Amino acid sequence: MIIRSSRQLPSFVLMKRFPVPRNFGLNSRSRVEPGRSWPLSGEANRIKTFNIYRFNPDSGRNPTLDRFEVDLDDCGPMVLDALIWIKNNVDPTLAFRFSCREGICGSCAMNIDGTNWLACTRFISETENPTAIYPLPSLRIIKDLVPDLTHLYAQYKAIQPWLHSKTPEPEKERLQSIEERRRLDGYYECILCFCCTSGCPSYWWNGDRFLGPAALLEAWRWLADSRDEATGERLDRLEEPFRLYGCRTILNCTRTCPKGLNPGKAIAEIKKKVIERRGLRWRE
Amino acid sequence: MRGSMEEKYGPTSPNIQIYRPQLTSVLSIANRISGVVASVGGVALVLWLLAAAAGPDTYALALWLLSSLLGQIGLLIFMFAFFLHLCGGIRHLIWDAGYGFALSTIYASGWVVVAASVVLTGAAWIAGLFAAS
Repeated sequence: MIIRSSRQLPSFVLMKRFPVPRNFGLNSRSRVEPGRSWPLSGEANRIKTFNIYRFNPDSGRNPTLDRFEVDLDDCGPMVLDALIWIKNNVDPTLAFRFSCREGICGSCAMNIDGTNWLACTRFISETENPTAIYPLPSLRIIKDLVPDLTHLYAQYKAIQPWLHSKTPEPEKERLQSIEERRRLDGYYECILCFCCTSGCPSYWWNGDRFLGPAALLEAWRWLADSRDEATGERLDRLEEPFRLYGCRTILNCTRTCPKGLNPGKAIAEIKKKVIERRGLRWRE
Repeated sequence: MRGSMEEKYGPTSPNIQIYRPQLTSVLSIANRISGVVASVGGVALVLWLLAAAAGPDTYALALWLLSSLLGQIGLLIFMFAFFLHLCGGIRHLIWDAGYGFALSTIYASGWVVVAASVVLTGAAWIAGLFAAS
């Protein structure tokens, strides 16, 4: 009933998905069609089924949901291992991003059993049978599980994720007290996997204008930095009906963050900071 | 449509069609829907007062409508929506003050909202029955 960390899976599932038609609201090119089945050739003791979203830009066809069988005795423990196993043994054209395989690069973020997580830190044993694997939701798809992140990176760039300072450069580094440094804890660890942003319903409907939880968490990381001297300008850029206030405190972001961070809290801190600053301005 | 924008940029991955409903998203959409239902109920409340002001015959009609099975179901839905929106609103107020963002607190406060709405609806219904008798 009570989820204590984003890593925790629910003890019971009331609804697997919202009661909407499978292709509700998807344009004609985006509708997911039934795909082909790739049964296991040869004998295996422990077989698990993976239903994987496929899209080939060269085929001219719609995305499909392909069914793969994996021999678990021949495969590593993580969902990423299963994907690599499929790529090596079944279909070498399966496309997905990955790099570090230890949850720090953020490349293998995808939608596993309906929630966003990193394929490299999700155990196969934690998933349902069959497991449903989709790319991160609501994004343009380049191929299979590879979404186009251009817009997300542009939004990250829009919050100017670097130190702004007006005071002359000190001889050595800019110092922080232990307390000042501690204020960045929980915000600097973001790996930009965009599990939160693509899991946010508000971003699904207003992603063109709403910056999304990942970019806003990063925005707070710079607002909270004692060395940064552009707090006013940063808040001015954020204070707009959609950029910041597109957030409706749904908190899917905090529920899904594979690093256990709290974008929802970061956004609330920004909103508070805007109010504090306005209050000062009105008093003048 | 070869060469069109859609062709060029490929499909969009599904979102609400596949994303697992969670207490976070379900209560968020419930808060919106209950807000709409409570607003409609507010109009009904005004109509009820207007009927009372119009005279005994009109009020008798309003009472007959309200005490019909459909009217009773509507009243119950309106009351539950009202309390859900009220409790959800208080939860949002606490969030906007910057409190209650630990994931365990988000879930605890969510279930409190659900439980409180059920209890308050029941209590209001029982209070209504006592007032009527």
